[in-house]
Order: sequence, then C-alpha cells, then structure tokens
Amino acid sequence: MDGLGRFRWVVAATWLLISHGPAHSEPYVPADDRQVLERLRLNSLDPAMREIRALRAGLSRDPENFEVASQLAVHYIEVGRSEGDPRFLGQAQAVLAPWWYRQAPPPRAILLRAIIRQNAHEFGQALADLDEVLRVQPTNAQAWLTKASILGVQGHYEEARRACRPLMRLASQHIAVTCLSDIAGLTGQAARSRELLLWVASQSGVPDRERLWALTGLAELSARTGQSQAAAQYFADARRIGIKDQYLLSAYADFLLDQGRAQEVVRLLEADIKPDGSLLRLALAEQAQHLPAAKDHTGMLAARFSASRARGTRIHLREEARFTLVLLAHPHQALTLAQANWDIQKEPWDARLLLESALASGDLDAAKPVLDWLNTNHVEDTWLRELAARLSKGHT
Amino acid sequence: MKRLALVFLFLLLHTSVWAHKPSDSYLSLTIDGQEIDGRWDIALRDVEDAIGLDADGDGAITWGEVRAKHQEIAAYAFSRLTLVSDRTVCVSRTLEQLIENHTDGAYSVLRFHADCARPIERLQADYRLLFDVDAQHKGLLRLTQGTHTMTAIFSQESPIQQFTIDDVSLWWQVRQYVHEGMWHIWLGFDHVLFLLALLLPAVLTRTAGRWNAIVDFSAAFWEVLSIVTAFTLAHSITLSLATLGMVTLPSRLVESAIAASVIVAGLSNLYPKLVGRRWVVAFFFGLIHGFGFAAVLADLGLPREALVLSLVSFNVGVEIGQLAIVAAFLPLAYFLRHTWTYQHVVVVTGSLAIAGIALLWLIERAFNLNLFPA
Repeated sequence: MDGLGRFRWVVAATWLLISHGPAHSEPYVPADDRQVLERLRLNSLDPAMREIRALRAGLSRDPENFEVASQLAVHYIEVGRSEGDPRFLGQAQAVLAPWWYRQAPPPRAILLRAIIRQNAHEFGQALADLDEVLRVQPTNAQAWLTKASILGVQGHYEEARRACRPLMRLASQHIAVTCLSDIAGLTGQAARSRELLLWVASQSGVPDRERLWALTGLAELSARTGQSQAAAQYFADARRIGIKDQYLLSAYADFLLDQGRAQEVVRLLEADIKPDGSLLRLALAEQAQHLPAAKDHTGMLAARFSASRARGTRIHLREEARFTLVLLAHPHQALTLAQANWDIQKEPWDARLLLESALASGDLDAAKPVLDWLNTNHVEDTWLRELAARLSKGHT
Repeated sequence: MKRLALVFLFLLLHTSVWAHKPSDSYLSLTIDGQEIDGRWDIALRDVEDAIGLDADGDGAITWGEVRAKHQEIAAYAFSRLTLVSDRTVCVSRTLEQLIENHTDGAYSVLRFHADCARPIERLQADYRLLFDVDAQHKGLLRLTQGTHTMTAIFSQESPIQQFTIDDVSLWWQVRQYVHEGMWHIWLGFDHVLFLLALLLPAVLTRTAGRWNAIVDFSAAFWEVLSIVTAFTLAHSITLSLATLGMVTLPSRLVESAIAASVIVAGLSNLYPKLVGRRWVVAFFFGLIHGFGFAAVLADLGLPREALVLSLVSFNVGVEIGQLAIVAAFLPLAYFLRHTWTYQHVVVVTGSLAIAGIALLWLIERAFNLNLFPA
C-alpha cells in the first residue's frame, strides 16, 4: 500500500504544481489596513489621468458623443504607449465599442481601431482598416503614417516608402523625413538615414517627443553600424530630454549589454522590474555577471510568459524567444519561437534572434529567410553580418 | 485630422514595447453534484478601473481601502457572472475575500459558493466582467469535476461558454478508475505475489513427490484460467459488497489476512499436500483481497451518482492489470518448465522468498510496525 500511497502523492503534487497556473503563493488576509497592496503607475494627480477623468465625465454625460469618445481613446493609447501598459489599449477599445462593430463606423473610429489592432500585432486587420480609411480620406496623414509603419515592420520596404511619400505634402516635413529615414536605415542607406535624422534632431521647434525618437533612432542606427561612441552619445542626449519612454530604456539596456556593460544595466533597471522588458534585460545582465539574482528573475519571467500564454495571445514572441535562448538556454524551442516571430515582424532584433537561435541549435537552414532578407535589402548591421558570416562558415 | 496625427506620430514608427500583461481574471469552479465551489482572482488594478479603490487618490491601494469596498467588489463581480444549470440560475454567495500576488501584481480573491438546486448536467457560464471598461480583458476559466479539468477563455467576443458535465465526466471517470485499478494491482505487491505464488506451479505436475514439466500447453492454460477466474470472482464479490457498504471489515484485519494469504500461497508450493486444488485457495483468499481493493477505491473518493460505474471500472482495471501479469508470466514459465532452474530454484526458492516477505508483512501489519523502509 506504501508504494501506491507514494505514487499517488507524487501525482497529486505534480498536478497541483501544473494546475495552479499563474498563482504562486496562497491567498492571504493582510494583517494591517495600511499595508500597500498595489501601486498604480499613475495617481489621480497625474496630468494625463486628470485629462482622462475629465473626458470620461464628459462621455458619461453624453455617451453618443463620438468626438469626446475618440479624444478619450487617443489619450488612452498615448498613456498606454508611454507606460507600456496594454490595459490602456483595451480601455481605448472599450470607449470606442459603440462604433467598433458598426456597419459603417466614422473614418476616425476605423483609424483608431487600426492603431489598436496594430498594437495587438494584428497587422493584417490593421492594414485592411487603414485602406478603408484611405479610400474615404486619401489625405489622412495619420493613416498613411500608420500604414508605412506596419509595412516597415513587416519588411515590405518599397510599399512602406510609398506610404511615407504622401506625408511630404500632408504633414510637416520632419514627419515625412522620419518616416523615410527609418526605412532607409534598413535598406542600405544608413548614411542617408543618419543625415535625415540629424536634421530632424537639430531643428528648433521640434517637439520633445519627436526629438527623443530621432535621437533614439540615431543611437540605434549608430550601434548597428558599429559606431558605439556615437551611439552612447545619442542615447545620453535622448535620455537627457527626460521623457519616460519604455522603448528608449530597453534599447539603451540592449546597447549596454552588447557593450559588455552589464553592471550598468543592473543599476539602470533594478529599481523598477514591473515592466517585462526591464525584468528581461535585468536578468540578462545578472546572468552575464553570474549574479545569483538571475535565477529568481528568470523564474519570474517564466511565470509571466506562461500567464501571457494562458490568455492565448502572443504579442511577446520576440521577448520570449530571447528569454528561451539566452536565459533558459533551450535553443531548439527558441528557434521555433523566433521563427513564429519572424513570420509576424522583421526588425533587426527579430533577425538577430532567429540567426542566434539557428546557430545555437545547429539548424543552419532555418536562418535562410533572414539571410535572404539581409541580402535583398542590403541591411547594414555589423552584428547581423557577423552572425551571417558565422552561419556561412558553419555551412562549408 | 492633423491634430490627431501629431498626437500619434512617433507611436507608430517602432513596434511598441508592451511592458505588462494585459488584464486577465482567473476563475476556478469546482463542481460537486448540485454545488459549485468557486474562486475568482481579479486584479486590484482592474477593480480600481471598474469601481475605484484608491479612495485617497495617492496612487497606492491599501488593504484598508480594499476592505472598505468588499461588498461593492462582490456585488460588482457577481453582477457580471451568471452560472446557469439546465435553465436554473445558480445562487452565489461570497464566503471570503483575500489577497493573492500574481506575476503582475496583487489580486483580490473572492471565494464563493453557488447552489444550482439540482445536480449539474449542463453548466452555462455567462461572463461580462470588465468588458465595458477594458475590451481586451479576458477571463481564464478552470472548471474541475472530480479528477477532470476543463479550461476556457472568456472574451468580449465569446462571453458565454457551455459545458456538458455528465458526458465528459462519465467517460473520464471510467478511464480514471480503470487506470487506478491497473495501477493498484501492479503497485500493490501483495496481490501480485499472491497470484504469482499460485501460478508458479501451473506449468508443472506433482508426481511421486517431485515436480515434472507439464506436457501440453492447454493443461497449463486451464489451470491458470481456473485460478485467475476464481480469484477474480471472489474479489469482485467482496469488493462490491464492501463498496456498497453491505459488509465492512477493519482494515488492519484485512491487510494482515492478505499477508497471511500470500504466506499460505507460497508454502502451498513447498507442501503441496497442504492444499487441495489451487483454485479453491485463490477463491477463498480472493474474498479477502477484495476487501483490500475496496479500501483503495474508498480512498479515491467515490462519486455518489456513479458508484456502480466506478466500481465496475475499477474492477475492470484490476482484471486488465491481472491479465497483463498472467500474459507476461505464462509463456515464460511454459518455456522454462523443463529446466532444473525453474523446477527447483524458481518454484522452491521463489515460493520461499514470497512466503518470507509476506511473513514480514504480516508482522508489520498485525503489530503496526514499520519493517520496510518507506
């Protein structure tokens, strides 16, 4: 009877471990009323939240008012972006709900729907929405810009360039220039791209956020073309603007990791590990320095990825591939993730993860789509070129 | 349109980095007859967005602030979840509210109980939490009945999910109990040894105080069949009687008697005159082994509605496990029956060893000792 008892205990314990899902500890009753359970990222005094509250109040007085609803949705999307929090996207969608499923929604509702879908990586649906908007409003600058951005991420550079062009007359000059320079940077015209971005960054009267993005773009471009000193300078300039930006923070941490400056990454990120992107890079930096904290943080990331898989969406494929490759050291699984990710988006990091996983797993043929992409578009990226060279050496 | 363009401009030039998990709630329902035990984990951030928790607006949600809103939280949550069993709405009652830390922050845990008036056959769950606030919110459901678990995801596009409890669970129960029965016969070494002890001489005949190999396979086959059938018949009778509550015996007595039966079976091979026909031994002690099976079955927790079904399934599992042992044993023994090793070493030493182990079991069980390392 002992054998069976033990066997059943093991089965029960394993089942509990697997089945308990994303929850880890037992639920509890806090001992003290003053105990802080959760910190909201924006408190009620934050200007963005104040504006959102005012618009909400306006909308509840007049729920049919599309003007107010669309303004509120725009605010939610903005906050969502700067906080890196997809909840706000869902809230934007909820605000637009009365128009979302309508037979013929107002063009602006379709445009906002496209932007929300773009952020959920539903690129096909987003492009269809944008074409619908542009059919009714061929001069809608925002629609052209969003379209260019999606096509760029998908690696359709010629079409993306075509979508940037109308911006020359429909929007301010530096918008069109930034749109084009992004594509130029990936299609063998890095020098031209740098020139354009420098021009945007140096213009007086360019809003801070736009300057920030020009500088971030310059920093990434410099890092890709092996000019790390210039990259460091642009990152510093961008950070000095003082706008909270999750993308910049992640890009800077990646740059430091590549430079072997993992210590600085720990200092940069350890204060706020709530964002997944920060936790991922912190764990990578800790692993690089053989710090014991790497293990705990890897466990936390594994739990977050499994929670995100449980809901059935896959917007974290790039991060998950990197996590699986470097922190879990499971190159075959990483390769599968990197390939699935490459089917959706084709930016330099996506390429790099696919090449690195292909190398690590020894499945050199899997790298072919990325090698084709590199050569067709004459991508200038020292890191990717080096990986490609190692791959071709492996072949011979 | 131009103003809008400026608001969005740079949002679009890179893939945005989503730093957090989107909003999810975790609903787990355990069905037992007409009752449902529920646990619902809802993120405090979502509760804040839906009904407001941060009373002093300092951006920090304290336990005091959550506690003050307990009634409101429960009222909000249960106004968004309807459980219907065969067209009857189940009545939910909140038991307690706790806090749990998930990977993405603190969650309010609602433990509740729902009564559906009649045993649940079809359950429909209608989930509308938060969809009006966050259209990308999802509800992750885990539905458990007995040993079977189903999962589903509620979203704005699919807020209603239906589950047929009976069909699925019956099939699962059958599988589960068959499986348990098989494992029990394999892992409960006492049954295996008892059976083996009886089967060892099945390929031999006793003439003039000596073992001789049997001539044809059919004789061995019929001998084995009679033993296995007698054992099966006997333990099925007592297993049923005990499970249906008609006869009960103290487990220490049953376990000790099972050990004793193994000793007798082992010794009967060394002193064949001691016993007459082995199928009689198998039948007599099979009655006792049946009580042992019943104890395991009781441990598994029997569903009230499907008592007979699980009893039969468990028994079928035991028989399958038993046949597997016979199928492995018989050809091998038949093949080796002429050898000196089989006739002397395997039968004699094996029976002795079986009797010896069983003796230790008997002492252990009768006197409640622990002779074997766990």
